[in-house]
Amino acid sequence: MNNSITLLGLLGREPSYGYDLKHSYDRYFGAGKALAFGQVYSTLARMVRDELIRALGEETGGGPDRKKYEITVAGQDRVREWLFTPDVPSESLQSNLFAKTVIALLLDDDADRLLDVQRSEHMARMRELTRLKKDADLLRVLVCDHGLFHIEADLRWIDLTSARLAQLKKELQSA
Amino acid sequence: MSTNDTAVPILSARGLHHSFGQTEALRGIDLDVHTGEVLAVTGPSGSGKSTLLHCLAGVLVPDGGSVTYRPAELAPMGISSLGEPKRARLRLTDFGFVFQFGQLLPELTAVDNVSIPLLLSGTRRPEAQRRSTELLERLGLEGIGAKLPGELSGGQAQRVAVARALVTSPAVLFADEPTGSLDSLASENVLTLMLDLVREAGTTVVMITHDARTAAYADREVIVRDGAIGAGYRVSA
Repeated sequence: MNNSITLLGLLGREPSYGYDLKHSYDRYFGAGKALAFGQVYSTLARMVRDELIRALGEETGGGPDRKKYEITVAGQDRVREWLFTPDVPSESLQSNLFAKTVIALLLDDDADRLLDVQRSEHMARMRELTRLKKDADLLRVLVCDHGLFHIEADLRWIDLTSARLAQLKKELQSA
Repeated sequence: MSTNDTAVPILSARGLHHSFGQTEALRGIDLDVHTGEVLAVTGPSGSGKSTLLHCLAGVLVPDGGSVTYRPAELAPMGISSLGEPKRARLRLTDFGFVFQFGQLLPELTAVDNVSIPLLLSGTRRPEAQRRSTELLERLGLEGIGAKLPGELSGGQAQRVAVARALVTSPAVLFADEPTGSLDSLASENVLTLMLDLVREAGTTVVMITHDARTAAYADREVIVRDGAIGAGYRVSA
């Protein structure tokens, strides 16, 4: 997830202090990885430089946490562009697993076992996410669901590849 | 519950073989189902999952091997060597069943559908209806007792089927794709309610599913492939 644009999006609701933004971020998106204050303030400074936000002036006492920030029109445009530009579907895990599977077959190693080990890891994570959903608020449930559906997609690839291993091996050997 | 070496089996299958004509559906399955666990049985279509469930539940007598109920007790019951009347009795008193399509009787109201197993085992009608209504309410189905299955949504009908399976407080619940006909949200509701009830009661669950998200609700998973639970795939807890 892109932290900068997410912070910019949060700032789109109303002018906020860096301190409040960090806590909003942690509440909605920080499950298990809260943002560091330093990261928030350096991001805000960068966005001021890029004219996506502006500081509304400092209160007495100074320091970065005393500044209130407001999103600019350019910032609002950037948020909308981000919202409606689809992400490139991630293929990283499958690529790696694909490479491992092919190499295992080429080495005449146990590709079945390799896929089993990965499947077991995926299922363990799915059980963990399913447990986390119990008694969680809806925001947390949505985050877990997102993870569950992605892992499930990988699992389906693993199952289908398992079923195709013999054929794949034949094709690789005749190539 | 989590399974471990000290878990007590409630069902024990040894060397299960079964064929349909020339097709070998089970090829030597050994499996212990532990008391109080939720066990997911997964695997590709045609792998033998349903045949395994039917043998464990005494619906089907395997061609070879044995299934023993409460094997660790003083008087274990060899299900696979019982005649059909005794197996039918065991299924009624000790087991509950949920299938993909609830298989409710369309002419009976929801509460009457749930009452059937109680009436068959000799409970008087007012008591059966009281217990059925109470269970329907626990499954979030207040006020639908008088409706016919055709008047219910898919998720509601499946919850009625769950109530019917659990109304006798079975020791083991067998579920064959219990949410396979439902959308994601309805499926989650049915599963959550069903598993909350069984975990509270300590009921053992054997649940067939091809869906990984459903299997993730279980304590343990066994994968059946080509009629066997082979080495390497086996069990993950």
